[in-house]
Amino acid sequence: MADTSTPRIELLGVSKSFPGVRALENVELRLNAGEVHALLGENGAGKSTLIKIMTGAVPRDAGEIRLDGRPVQIGTTADARALGISTVYQEVNLIPTMTVTKNLTLERQPRRFGLISWRRARALARQRLKRLNLEIDTEKPLGSYSVAIQQLVAIARALEDDTRVLVLDEPTASLDATETELLFQIVRDLKASGIAIVFITHFLDQVYQIADRISVLRNGRLVGTGPTAELPRLKLISLMLGRELGTVEAHLASHASLASGEPVLAAKGLGRRRTMAPFDLSLRAGEVVGLAGLLGSGRTETAKLLFGAIRPDSGELVLDGKPVPHNSPRQSLRSGVAFCPEDRKAEGLLGELSVRENIMLALQTKRGWLRRLGRDEQKRLAQEMIKALAIATPDAEKPVGQLSGGNQQKVVLARSLASQPKVLILDEPTRGIDVGAHADVVRLIRRLCSEGLALLVASSELDELVAVSDRVAVLRDRRKVGEMAGADITRENIIRTIAGR
Amino acid sequence: MTAPLPPSFSGRLRELTSHRATWPLLALAVILVVDGFVAPGFFTIRIVEGRLFGSLIDILYRAVPTALVALGMAVVIGTKGIDLSVGSIIAVVGATIAWRIQEGDPHFVILLTALGVGLLCGLWNGFLVAVLDIQPIIATLILMVSGRGIGLMINLIYGGTNPSFTSPLLQGLSVGSIGLVPTRLIVFAAVFVALWLLIRRTALGLFVEAVGGNAAAADLAGVRSRLIKYSAYLISGLCAGWAGVILTADTHTSDPVSVALYIELDAILAVVIGGGSLAGGRIYLGMTVLGALVIQTLTTSILMSGLPPEYNLLVKAVVVLFVLLLQSNNARNAVLALVRRRKR
Ligand SMILES: Nc1ncnc2c1ncn2[C@@H]1O[C@H](COP(=O)(O)OP(=O)(O)OP(=O)(O)O)[C@@H](O)[C@H]1O
Ligand SMILES: [Mg+2]
Repeated sequence: MADTSTPRIELLGVSKSFPGVRALENVELRLNAGEVHALLGENGAGKSTLIKIMTGAVPRDAGEIRLDGRPVQIGTTADARALGISTVYQEVNLIPTMTVTKNLTLERQPRRFGLISWRRARALARQRLKRLNLEIDTEKPLGSYSVAIQQLVAIARALEDDTRVLVLDEPTASLDATETELLFQIVRDLKASGIAIVFITHFLDQVYQIADRISVLRNGRLVGTGPTAELPRLKLISLMLGRELGTVEAHLASHASLASGEPVLAAKGLGRRRTMAPFDLSLRAGEVVGLAGLLGSGRTETAKLLFGAIRPDSGELVLDGKPVPHNSPRQSLRSGVAFCPEDRKAEGLLGELSVRENIMLALQTKRGWLRRLGRDEQKRLAQEMIKALAIATPDAEKPVGQLSGGNQQKVVLARSLASQPKVLILDEPTRGIDVGAHADVVRLIRRLCSEGLALLVASSELDELVAVSDRVAVLRDRRKVGEMAGADITRENIIRTIAGR
Repeated sequence: MTAPLPPSFSGRLRELTSHRATWPLLALAVILVVDGFVAPGFFTIRIVEGRLFGSLIDILYRAVPTALVALGMAVVIGTKGIDLSVGSIIAVVGATIAWRIQEGDPHFVILLTALGVGLLCGLWNGFLVAVLDIQPIIATLILMVSGRGIGLMINLIYGGTNPSFTSPLLQGLSVGSIGLVPTRLIVFAAVFVALWLLIRRTALGLFVEAVGGNAAAADLAGVRSRLIKYSAYLISGLCAGWAGVILTADTHTSDPVSVALYIELDAILAVVIGGGSLAGGRIYLGMTVLGALVIQTLTTSILMSGLPPEYNLLVKAVVVLFVLLLQSNNARNAVLALVRRRKR
């Protein structure tokens, strides 16, 4: 394996504070050439900040960076790139309205007689995608592709011929199993060519699949580092959380369906052309219905049709036994249906507004603009949610854009919870949330359910669906292809239905 | 959770330098101090003919139209929009007033008509932006370009070119005073308080900021973003209408070609000096008024200093640029980094 005498890149004694937060304190990170190094920790532990320091995106307060044993100055992202450090950030920062070609050649356009040569740009873009075995039309706008493809394009853009260190911040958060496997194949190839790779994720399975070594951050400090083989799962989790995880699994396995009575929300032949074939689906109080399917199978569309964010052109929606004529998000909220969107950056967060304002927004629209929630009431609500979901923020007035990715996700979740719904539709509720918080969210879902809430959870994580659902609806190619309940809900069963066998 | 940091001195200092009121206030103070040196008696306020009199009062008095327009602009900018048509709205309102006076309408009806015309203009802008989904800068450009022409056409109805008029009611609102205080200041204060209550004591402000911050997210959270955008342009139209009443009554005449020329630029600057960002998502009403004061103080000072008026715009541009640089985190950090490098 790799030569361990001089690490490829070393970060020594790195510290960083933001106003009110000590994000990193005296942290050390060593990466060897040709290894995949997993960087783990709870939401807000400082992972993204650490790699942003390595890539020059955030200035450090103290510390030193050495590349192949020599101290280097990394003041800007351009410095880092010149040294062969390439990054894909947690929040994909490509431009959705531009074509794939333009996105891929944004920083360095091939020129001919001083003008951009689009012919060569296209060739370059195709060549970059080829390294990832990705064959897509490079002239279509990036936004017309799924999040997963966009993620792969971001990786294609980061990779240069001279890349020595590749940083991937939660690259698999929006990928399904096949796409993740594709990405891992690419990572293994890159690793074999001697690149040092940092891999941040909250999926522990993936860590054991691909990482050679692990470093764990907690509260901005390095609390452990070592070969993957020496860090079994339970030890790893207790390192990350600073406590034992408890017996979440046992607790979950034993739940009985609490569903009772008539459906609260029912779709009858609800659908929209080119979006989702007409489907029937009902949610009863005290019941969790899972929505399974591959990426692009229509999970988000189903959720949005039920919430009224997509207008149906066939079928009807029945709420509490009464048909809902013209549904809109506002009306849904008013009649007690809440929705937590999948893409937090595009559809969830108001980055400039505070955590408090983000949390109270849906409740406020439910009340209408004239009946403003009092300031104390707002504060109490925010505080309650911050505590219930363990949102890591110094206070409720911090702009939500400054929270770590996982904590932003929790804020969006908190918003839908705060509107006091009786039906809650969650689209990928646990994306980017750490193991501890994941267990908390699952527990919360169960508790809400036992209090009579009806829940719809769309997720690409089959284990999560199996763990929480009383019933699972399976989608394929924008059509509902099956439904299972009780003991029939198993990973294998879902996969078989998805595959259509 | 990450450990919270105890506040330190440098932390406090950073908080102060990054507080949004600090730099505009400082700029205002500096301009005033310079004025104090240049013009003796600048700060004296006397009572002449039963009303307050002095340079400071004059600045407040003249700042009212810009400040009014800027308040509406702040709300529109909060939705990530912009209203370029405010100057033209003032022209149309002015022409309407002169015309109806000529026709002999009762003056309080004319006042209502004037505000109604402002509202109508806002309705038009709102229709283009919120219903037809035209980009705000283009949508409001249409009225900006055509409004002054509409004003001239209204003048033609009765064949008058720049007719002069008198109206005790309108002029009372504009140049009169109640006790010692100019009426327009009192009315402005009332408008400000009303708007503040509307924005901050209902949820309208939050909804505007949500729409400006991320319209897709706001929609999914149940905000009716079209309606919110619509109301922002209505508010702006109404504010401009009021400014039109004041300016027209002040000049006793309808002069569509040159009334309130470039007021949209002053209003946008006032919002930006007040810490608002054209990227939308935040409304600072109080700070916007402060911004308008900075601009008016500057204009008045340049006039008083005896500099040839040609320099007016240039000096204004330089000072505004300076304030904006001070407010910019990037610029501040760059300067700090330079200083630190020197020290090493
Ligand atoms: N620009 C910023 N301004 C202020 N605070 C920040 C900023 N960026 C990060 N922080 C704070 O620093 C801490 C560490 O954040 P970081 O993004 O590194 O966490 P993370 O480990 O990547 O978490 P996640 O798993 O949720 O992505 C958090 O408490 C966060 O609120
Ligand atoms: Mg992160």
